[in-house]
Formats: sequence, C-alpha cells, structure tokens
Amino acid sequence: MIRFLFKGLLRDRHRSLIPFIVTATGVMLTVVFHSWITGVLGNSIEFNARFAAGHVKIMTSAYSKNAAQTPNDLAILGTDTLTRIISEQFPEMEFSERIYFAGLVDVPDLSGETRAQGPSMGIGIDMLSGNQAEIERLNIPSSLKSGSLPQQRREALLSRTFAEKLGLHIGDTLTLVSSTMFGELALYNFTLCGTIEFGTTALDRGTLIADITDVRDALNMADATGEILGFSRIGHYNNEEATNIASRFNKSYYSEKDDFSLLMKSLAEQNNMGFLVEYSSKLKGILVFVFIVAMSLILWNAGLLGGLRRYGEFGMRLAIGEEKGHVYRTTLMESLIIGFLGSMAGTIIGLAISFYLQTYGIDLGPMMKNASIMMPQVFRARITPEAWYIGFIPGVLSSLFGTMIAGIGIYKRQTAQLFKELES
Amino acid sequence: MNDEVIITIEGLKKHFPVGSGRFTALNGIDLSFGKGEFAGLIGPSGSGKTTLLNIMGTLDSPSEGMAIILGESVGNLSARASALLRKSQLGFIFQSYNLFQVYTVFENVEFPLLLQGIEASKRKKMVLDALEWVGLTDKIKSKPAQLSGGESQRVAIARAMVKKPAIVLADEPTANLDAANSHNILQTMEKLNRELKTTFIFATHDEKVIGYVRRKIFLFDGKVAKDEKIEKN
Repeated sequence: MIRFLFKGLLRDRHRSLIPFIVTATGVMLTVVFHSWITGVLGNSIEFNARFAAGHVKIMTSAYSKNAAQTPNDLAILGTDTLTRIISEQFPEMEFSERIYFAGLVDVPDLSGETRAQGPSMGIGIDMLSGNQAEIERLNIPSSLKSGSLPQQRREALLSRTFAEKLGLHIGDTLTLVSSTMFGELALYNFTLCGTIEFGTTALDRGTLIADITDVRDALNMADATGEILGFSRIGHYNNEEATNIASRFNKSYYSEKDDFSLLMKSLAEQNNMGFLVEYSSKLKGILVFVFIVAMSLILWNAGLLGGLRRYGEFGMRLAIGEEKGHVYRTTLMESLIIGFLGSMAGTIIGLAISFYLQTYGIDLGPMMKNASIMMPQVFRARITPEAWYIGFIPGVLSSLFGTMIAGIGIYKRQTAQLFKELES
Repeated sequence: MNDEVIITIEGLKKHFPVGSGRFTALNGIDLSFGKGEFAGLIGPSGSGKTTLLNIMGTLDSPSEGMAIILGESVGNLSARASALLRKSQLGFIFQSYNLFQVYTVFENVEFPLLLQGIEASKRKKMVLDALEWVGLTDKIKSKPAQLSGGESQRVAIARAMVKKPAIVLADEPTANLDAANSHNILQTMEKLNRELKTTFIFATHDEKVIGYVRRKIFLFDGKVAKDEKIEKN
C-alpha cells in the first residue's frame, strides 16, 4: 500500500514536484536571507573589529579612559613578554600589537624645506615579521592602489588621496612629525612604497600605515604598544566569548587603583559598539523571525491548498473503504517526505549561494563613496550553524502543519460531503 | 433474485441544514432489497435518490429511521466499521468515473484489493479477471487520460467488482456516455449481476438504464412514489 501511494506521489507532479519546488525555493530563500542578514550585520561589526576595536582590546587603564585620543604616553610596556603570556593564557584569541598615533606628514623639497604638509592618522602594525595576519586583517593587499607593501624598514603606505594631495610619488621621502611616548618631538623619515584606498572616507582621508617596529622607533616606544587587539579564532565576534575572556583577563590584570594596570574590553564595551552589537543581534532576530513567519505562511498555505485540492481523491479512497485515519496519516507522511526532501534541496542550494556570497560578497562601494563612517565596501553573507537547519522550520514544520489543518477536513466533514466535493 | 434480504430501510428520513432551517431530502422511506437485484432509483433531480444511495453505501447516515445493510445498521456504525463494510462488501460506480489519474488501469482496479491486504499474485489474478469481465485486458498499462469515456466507466466497473462485493451502487453511471457505450456498460453490469449474483442499485433518470433494470423505484420529494418489479427473461 505504501509503495502504491509512493508511486502515485512520484507520478503526480502536483503532489510531488510542485510542492518540492515550492518548498525548496522557500527554504533556499530562508537560508540565503539568514546568511545574508547574519553576514551584513556582522560585517560592520567585523570591519570595526579589524580596523579599530578588535574582538577584545587590551589597554592600560589610563589609556582606556582617553582611548579616542590614542594617548601613547600611557602605553603598555613590556609587550613582548606580555603578548607571549596572554597568548598562552587565552589560546582562543590571536593577539596583535598595534600603535595608533596622530601626526603631521611633511614632504620636503630637494633642499629639505617643507614642500607640502598634512595631518595624518597612523597605524603601526606587524608587516615585516613574515606573519601576514595583520596585513590580511586590514585587507591591505586588495586595498593597494599603487606600489607595493613595505618590504623593508622605513617604508610606509599612505592613503591614495592623501598622497596625491601632498604630491607624493612612490619612492618619495616623507617625514612623520609627531610626539614620542615621553612627550618629545618625534621626527622620522619614511619612503613611500605604496598607496592604499579602503573605500571609507574615515580611513582614506589621511592614513599612514607602517611596520610597528618603525613606529616604535619613531615614537620612542621600545617594547611598548598602545593597544593589543585580540581576535577570536572562530573568525567572527562572539559577544559571550569576548565578555567571558575580558572578565577572566581583568580578574588577573586589572586594578582600579593602578592607572597602568591592564584592562581588557570586549568590542561591545568600546566606542558605543555595544549598541551596534545589540542592535545587530536584535535586528537579525526580528528580520529572520519575520522572514521565517512569512515563508512559513506561504508553505503552510501550499500544504493547505495541496490538501484541499485532494479532497475529491480522499472522498474516493474513503468510498472504496480506506479508513479516515489511514488517509490522514498517509497524507501527513507524504507532506513530511516532500517537506524534508524540499528542505534538504533548498538548504543545499541556499548554502551554496550563501557560500558564494560569503566568499565573493557584493561590492556596494560605488554606493558608499561619501560614507564617513567605518563601513565595509564589500558586504558578505556568513554561514552559521543555524543556516544548516533554519530552513527546516518553514520547510518541514509549516508544510506539515498546513497539511494537518487541511486534513482535519477528512475528519470534520461527512464522507458524503467529501464525496460531493469529489463530484463537483 | 432469491429471497435473501440484504438491505432493509424503514422510516428513513434525512434532513440537511439550510440556513436557519432544514431541507428534508428523504421523508420516510421504506424499502428492502434482496440478493441479486438489478434495481433503479428513478426520479428527477432533488428527489433524494443520491442521498438514499449514499446512505445505503454508508457514506452518510440517517437522520431518523433505520437502514440495515448486510445486517449492519448504518446509523450505529463507527467510521472504522463502515469503512470495513465498504472495503469488503460495497462497490461504487459514479457518473464521472473518478479514476485515479496517475495510476494505470491495472493499478486503479488493484486499489480495493490493496486495502484488503490481498497478496500480490492473487491480486494480479483478480485484477485480470475483473478486466476480462469488462473486456479491457488490452488496456492494463493505459492511464485514464488515454481511455474513452466508455472505457473509463468500464474500468470503474472493474474496480467496483474486483473484490466481488455483495452490493454495487451506481450513481448515474451512463450520464456521460453516448448510447452505444451506455448499452455496452449496462449489458456488462447485467451480465455480472447474473453471473456473480451481485446486487446492483442505480440512481438514474436515464431511459436507457430504466430499460435494463428489473425493479423500478420511483422517488418524488423524498418519498417512494411507486415501486414496480418487472419480470424479464
């Protein structure tokens, strides 16, 4: 009997192929939407994490109070040892030292007099040790517009518009004018090795990027760093994980009474990022919920209409002597099979599309030319574990629910009534 | 026909709710049918013949009175018991054939036997026998869409007859057929009635059907207006 009904299911496109396509499409859209929303909302957070906040950030207590001014006179000392120790203590994080600093970029003429000058915001990162982590984190290779990455000491990158404004060309010398961590005048010459463009006005206005060793020399910060950023090895920000690690770190290293004790802050605790994290999480929840409800209603209706369409057939089967319970159960079983197979197919297709969007993303740069906030140009989806099963909620449960509702008619209606529907 | 009574109907009434009132489709029917009858319920639309057929087929239940089919009171049957009765003893034939479109002729006729859990080899023989009765052994792999109206109705007859039921209820079985096919169908059913002693009860107002039945029960406004038996050779 089951084989007989299954044969009918396969042959009747209205019972199998069409519900399968409808279910697979709905599930595919749900998976892609979930991954896209997760990715896009996470992209802004990750962008801020990579360029400024880290998933966690270690500063001295005093530095953290004025972190926006990057007060390097309150920098962390003994960083070599410290970074090694905390890397062992918190293996779930990858730590990178960074020095953010402000200064003037001075361009000398042939006689050494100032030819052009402009304010700059600099970042010192590890570029020459052979570890590519920071270079990739800041997406420098694909942001490079001319020249090359620093290959040796005293080479620096400058944002393209800033370099053009100063009339600088690759190979030209520029002088960084700033203050050392002890408040003295700092003068340090770099050779321009390349220009970069991140596509974000905030970063492209006057950014200078150099190897952290040079920045340490320039600012007299031997074995010191302004900040140590930690990045989760799971690849994205997880507020629970970051808060937990910060709490464990602060128990060991932070003291309210000591301005130079070390304080770790999670991304959410920095620069109002908590709002963004909370907002993203809530917005994602609401959007995904609304989408799943909408998709559920569609698939529920599909299940309902599929069931109603078959009242005539049910009437005939009952007339021949099949029991109501058997008709109902086999209908639910069909719905379950189609819902499950459709959900499987939809999830696989949805994950494939999401994977493409995660790998290549969609470049919205041209639409964000004048954006002054730190936003990524390329938005990407992100596949999370939920993406593997979220489509089954509308795909299986809603279709089944719709069929269950439709099937109640088998019980509620008199057999003769079902039969009239068969005849009509 | 022999004297064994297989259907007894006494004081049968059937009401349907219509708005705030009710419509009485059957208004005090008293009838009985013996084994092997070839009878017609004849009357205009709205006379109650389909309602009476549905009750005799346990597809509906009486509002008042009683209908006893093969010793079972329709009003007191549970859904499971009435399904069991239909599965084993009752066959239905309808005006619009109601074949399962996705199944072949063989599979359509096989369906009632699957419900009975009959084993495959026996099932196959019974299906082929039934198709032979109606002359469709060359169409076993055809789908209903590939059949003419007459052929479709013959498949419906085979499906109703394959389990050799005690009673076959046929609602306007020739309404969609031309004269030649109608006579062919009726002759097939008459032959099965004679050979298998199956009781056939038709609901009809088709003169062709009326010409074949051996008992004519005229219904009017839910009542039996006339009940006459015709002796045929």
